[in-house]
Amino acid sequence: MSDLMLWGIFLAAGLGTFAMRVSFIELYGRWRMPALLSRALIYVPASVLAALVLPAVVYPNGQGAFVLNNPQIPAAIIATFVAWKTRNTLLTLGLGMAALWAFKFIGA
Amino acid sequence: MQGVRTLMPLTPGVIPFGLVTGVMAIEMGMSPTTAMGMTLIFYSGSAQMVALQLLHSGALPLAIVLTALIINLRFVMYSASLAPHLHHLPRRWTWPVSYMLSDQSYALCTLRFASGELTGPFAHWFYAGTAFAMWLAWQLSVLAGVCLGASIPDTWSLSFAIPLSFLALLIPGLRNVPSLAAATVGGLIAVLAVKMPYNLGLVTASIGGVVAGVVTESLRKKPASHECASAAEGDAQ
Repeated sequence: MSDLMLWGIFLAAGLGTFAMRVSFIELYGRWRMPALLSRALIYVPASVLAALVLPAVVYPNGQGAFVLNNPQIPAAIIATFVAWKTRNTLLTLGLGMAALWAFKFIGA
Repeated sequence: MQGVRTLMPLTPGVIPFGLVTGVMAIEMGMSPTTAMGMTLIFYSGSAQMVALQLLHSGALPLAIVLTALIINLRFVMYSASLAPHLHHLPRRWTWPVSYMLSDQSYALCTLRFASGELTGPFAHWFYAGTAFAMWLAWQLSVLAGVCLGASIPDTWSLSFAIPLSFLALLIPGLRNVPSLAAATVGGLIAVLAVKMPYNLGLVTASIGGVVAGVVTESLRKKPASHECASAAEGDAQ
């Protein structure tokens, strides 16, 4: 992808994000958010993040091909457990990576 | 200054994300200028990592922008909830503090605004302090990652750190059954729909997950009275 294209993506995403951040502060009093929309927005992060994590773990080559003997799956299960128990970013990242290296080592 | 101090304990949770983001950007062949430009323009860790992940898998530019914006839809919600406290300020205030709006500074301030602890003519200084401290912590940790980036060998399989970071964001946020349903449905659809063209699988999965969350919430609410329902809504915030 060309550099120009990259900067185009950055600008579009950045301006869009700014518009969302400033939206209601700018429009205050002129438009109220429908209740259903604000209820739905609560579930956006959980749904999008899960939709990003699962395919990235299950298909390690990014091609949508299922691979047997994929060390990412047990490593992700361990990381999930750590994140659930400790809520600690650093531990989740550290132990998840350590688990991946360990499973790769065993598998190789 | 009070705001800066209140935010400090939250920075250790952010620094690893910043490091991973910086390292990944460099590993993917971005120049340090491009990587930092992206960080300054986005100022949104999860959207930035999503964009990197999608660039990595070769998604279309339009799909990348759309997905980053969907991830950031939550800011509309934050904006709505902070508006009563910030809308009266002039634009030279509201535009910069809007740009610096983050999950962390929102979480800190919304509690204090709501409890009435933060009122008066200087309340927005507290918010601005938390927002600026968060912004600085993020920019510096990405910069550190960018500097580290080139020295990390491929055999470390560091690209796995992106899904791990998402897990670290996702799992602590699953505090109730509807959000668990949203995550489960979103994840499953994404795995099944991975072959859909133009990265539509991700958009389909996100919408499916959100619908699952709202439906589960409604189903669980039915036996309860309306007062309970509105209390539950307060909790979810």
